[in-house]
Amino acid sequence: MLPASPRNGHRSDGPVILLEHIHKTYHAGEVEVHALRGVSLEVEAGDFVAIMGASGSGKSTLMNLLGCLDHPTKGTYRLNGLDVSGLTKDERADIRNRYVGFVFQGFNLLPRTSALENVEVPLLYSGVPRKERDRRASEVLAMLGLGDRLLSMPNQLSGGQQQRVAIARSLINRPAIVLADEPTGNLDSRTSIEVMEVFQRLNDEQRITMLLVTHEQDIAHYAKRIIVIKDGRIQSDSPMTARRDARKEFASLPPELEDEE
Amino acid sequence: MNPLVIIRIAFRALNKNKLRSTLTMLGIIIGVGAVIAMVSIGQGAQSTIQDQIASIGQNMLFIRPGSSNQGGMRFGAGSVSTLTADDVEAIRRECSAVRYASPGVRASVQVVFGNLNWSTSVQGVNQDLPEIRKWTVESGEFFTEVDIRTAARVVVLGKTVVLNLFPGTDPVGQVIRIRNLPFRVLGVMATRGQNQMGDDQDDTIIMPYTTAQRKLLSITHINFAMVSAVSPASTFTAEQQITELLRQRHRIKPNQEDDFTVRNLTDVADAAEETNSIMTRLLGSVAGVSLLVGGIGIMNIMLVSVTERTREIGIRMAVGARSGHIRLQFLTESVVLSLLGGLMGVGFGIGISIIISRLLGWPTLVSPASIAVSFLFSGTVGILFGYYPARKAAGLDPIEALRYE
Repeated sequence: MLPASPRNGHRSDGPVILLEHIHKTYHAGEVEVHALRGVSLEVEAGDFVAIMGASGSGKSTLMNLLGCLDHPTKGTYRLNGLDVSGLTKDERADIRNRYVGFVFQGFNLLPRTSALENVEVPLLYSGVPRKERDRRASEVLAMLGLGDRLLSMPNQLSGGQQQRVAIARSLINRPAIVLADEPTGNLDSRTSIEVMEVFQRLNDEQRITMLLVTHEQDIAHYAKRIIVIKDGRIQSDSPMTARRDARKEFASLPPELEDEE
Repeated sequence: MNPLVIIRIAFRALNKNKLRSTLTMLGIIIGVGAVIAMVSIGQGAQSTIQDQIASIGQNMLFIRPGSSNQGGMRFGAGSVSTLTADDVEAIRRECSAVRYASPGVRASVQVVFGNLNWSTSVQGVNQDLPEIRKWTVESGEFFTEVDIRTAARVVVLGKTVVLNLFPGTDPVGQVIRIRNLPFRVLGVMATRGQNQMGDDQDDTIIMPYTTAQRKLLSITHINFAMVSAVSPASTFTAEQQITELLRQRHRIKPNQEDDFTVRNLTDVADAAEETNSIMTRLLGSVAGVSLLVGGIGIMNIMLVSVTERTREIGIRMAVGARSGHIRLQFLTESVVLSLLGGLMGVGFGIGISIIISRLLGWPTLVSPASIAVSFLFSGTVGILFGYYPARKAAGLDPIEALRYE
């Protein structure tokens, strides 16, 4: 379980994510690119949503907006009940720090920085004192099965382990949502299942709201709900019918020699 | 964000690229080192000059008879015998800005004691000399007004003369012979060392000017006069009073030139100091240029570093770093680089100035001010040249920074 201090997000009333008629227009020279054309979306706390779409569909733009890395041209975005559509760059940084956890395709860990310190980076910017940083980071890493790799550098860890460090970093500030952008893109299928197992477990046991951006059908099937984006609009939004269970799949996999180390 | 955390992050980032950080710092190390070494040479020279001037006597004025002009042929200063002991006495009596005054007579002599002899110069002066020249008697005593009035054959020896005539014995009370006349040794002057021309000031024999005039030279004029003003500040007043008095005494008409010259040693001191401080500033600014070059080196490396670490910046921004955090992080790195370089440069500069003074024998003086200034300056260089790269880093868009390969 995550440490018992109050979570930043997770309000019991209302949806965690509320998008209303979101438009995003980029200006590429003379040309206007309408990346999003009126997206409305509600995500309840504890949901596990897969966002799918071909490249150019507006999927990445939506993810950047949901992660408060960017702001919409039109429409409102309420994250955890807070209107974040009109915030400044620094205010968005604070929102990301408190309410959003990111997991990326390329892990995006700081090189030559230990697992522990990588996980602590968000805490540096929320001004948590060192002792508490160390305590919280090692707790989260232990929860993800990396209790014995606290001081390992990223290049000493396997892909699966690196991604778990990244997941630990996304969880460290007890965010309202975790945004995973192609989290298995760089991993083999066995490690992918391992990582998805972590996401499902966090979602099931701790009701962490998960948003999974992927273009792989089979990975999307670990989610509870699947949204398909096309041409800047939501094409379909449906609950997952045949949901995959990563834990069962992982257990049924033939045992493999330790790929770590 | 805790400043200690920022400094630790900066140190770690620099530590990851040790060679690069060291080479970057080298620019600052050499710059600061050069500033400190150059300024120390300049200030060493300056303090040597000040010491020399203080050793001559800071409020001292030098009066010499003027040049003579015979049928269009001009002779050098001091070639006329218009200056007399009475003039000096008048100066002492009438000029309010003058405290001490002594006539001066010069002669070259061969001096004999027992089976030893030595060639040296004689200075005929009055009892004010120790006060005017700030020169103390080490043993025995100086002659008195009575000795001057009676033209007594008494002398006070300089240290070099003592070494050559009285090796290992006490000269006080002994009798030496100059031009076959016996002179009683009253005392020995303290060691004074070389003057700024490199002349040994201790290689001299001091006697009453009357004795030198009558017993050695058979003259009635004097070669020069030394005057001590009441304070360094009043040397100019003293100079004016003396000039006025001597013109009057020598009956010089208003449109005629002085037949004497009054030289104010503070002029010499000022000129020397002026020259030197120009030199110090020149050396300092040349060294300052190299510090500037070091700063450009820092800027260059920081810009490379920002580009290289675009992804890191993106990650930090994604997890909640504000622009200010990123700016501070990179600014801290460049300031740490430059201050660390500055610190090493201070050591380097001190080392260089020690080596210079040992090897070349130049006087050097490492002043705390030059250390403080160059250290502060290197910190400023770090801020100035680190600001642009830091601003560039802080201005990155997190989305693009994360996508950067």
